[in-house]
Amino acid sequence: MNKTPLHAAHLDAGAKMVDFFGWEMPINYGSQIEEHHAVRQDAGMFDVSHMTIVDVTGAQAKDYLRYLLANDVAKLEQKGKALYSGMINEAGGVVDDLIVYHFDENNYRLVVNSATKEKDLNWLNKVSDGFDVVITERTEFAMIAVQGPQAKEKAGSLFSAAQQEAVAGMKPFFGVQAEDLFIATTGYTGESGYEIMVPRERAIEFWNELLNAGVKPCGLGARDTLRLEAGMNLYGQDMDETVSPLAANMGWTISWEPSDRNFVGRKALEAQKAQGTDKLVGLVFKDKGVLRAGLTVKTPDGEGKVTSGTFSPTLGHSIAMARVPAGEGAANGNTVQVEMRKKWVDVQVVKPSFVRNGKSVL
Amino acid sequence: MSNIPTELRYASTHEWVRAEGDGVFTVGITEHAQDLLGDMVFVDLPDVGDAVAQADDCAVAESVKAASDIYAPITGEVVEINEQLEDSPELVNSDPYGDGWMFKIKAEDESEIENLLDAEAYEQSIEEE
Repeated sequence: MNKTPLHAAHLDAGAKMVDFFGWEMPINYGSQIEEHHAVRQDAGMFDVSHMTIVDVTGAQAKDYLRYLLANDVAKLEQKGKALYSGMINEAGGVVDDLIVYHFDENNYRLVVNSATKEKDLNWLNKVSDGFDVVITERTEFAMIAVQGPQAKEKAGSLFSAAQQEAVAGMKPFFGVQAEDLFIATTGYTGESGYEIMVPRERAIEFWNELLNAGVKPCGLGARDTLRLEAGMNLYGQDMDETVSPLAANMGWTISWEPSDRNFVGRKALEAQKAQGTDKLVGLVFKDKGVLRAGLTVKTPDGEGKVTSGTFSPTLGHSIAMARVPAGEGAANGNTVQVEMRKKWVDVQVVKPSFVRNGKSVL
Repeated sequence: MSNIPTELRYASTHEWVRAEGDGVFTVGITEHAQDLLGDMVFVDLPDVGDAVAQADDCAVAESVKAASDIYAPITGEVVEINEQLEDSPELVNSDPYGDGWMFKIKAEDESEIENLLDAEAYEQSIEEE
């Protein structure tokens, strides 16, 4: 089983460890719900060192990424600006979703999922055929996400003067290398905060300093409820290679213009768009019970499925994302039915975004 | 190691039973069970007056992770439920053998208790899982 550089720190903190796609990772350190609230109300931290960091450099780095990704890195003009995108296959399915940081036209950094690491690296290499680029996995970093309303202040107390200066006034979705840390204003919780890449050998020390600064360790359980409240997709659950980004609420990540930019999967996506696809909606259930992935959803336009479902600790009731047939039947505000423990229950359709910056957006 | 009080009896499905006298028995789930389930978010209890038979599913413990049926460890009538769990399901996590109790059954046949596991046998059964 793979272990991150922070493995020993998790055991010290009393973590319950689970097998997460070949990585031994903390699911919680006692109470998943307390960890969730820490991120919504104060500051929590996640070990995300299992994620894959890949640098793309070379004379054609920009051209390559404009071909690889459905979103267009040409939109990135400022140094350090980040972009969320899918990598799409020729059939119009999602190979993976990722964040790309732009340093200059010859120098980018990608962060891709851990569960899909081998597949992603193979895909990156395959698509790079004919491009003058170098693709380098950066295994020398651990990565810690510090998230919550107090996250920036608490994490910032660990920074050197130069690092504090580097992040001063940094807007959301930027990243900067400052001395030994790569500090980014990104995250997966719907709160402000940083994702910090730290050299492996300094990881435990940095983690312990964050602990001392009052940042609460949070496991994969809280990470999942936080991202779902924020309406963020989880690869492998809300979309995969068989699912169109248009059916996964990722339409906004496809740059159709300029129309002469060719990218992998473009033809298939154009055909899907013309034909119409299913859609990913949010569901809210306020009675007793929890919507779970895999449950059947009945709409006037046909059946769909819950892709992610949970109890929302912030809202105090269940929320879910579901893929359902397009059409007015599952329009926002409508009521549809979900089969829960052999009974059909009424649930409300909403935009798939539930909580932002600690507050309900329902 | 999980806490398994020796004065209680257990079902292999992770319920514990405590004799309260007069043929009344309190039922909850074990520390091991709440640990497997994780943070509790809803507990759906039977109604007072319900007749339950041994091994009937009569309650549901729903955690962040999963919904799990709770089975009646003995046959009888539900005489009291823990209404605190309506607003504070987390009591099942924080105090599974105390404030996190679920319901009380007036046994039809008290000797049924003898068929349940003692602490040692329950411990063995969870080690074999």
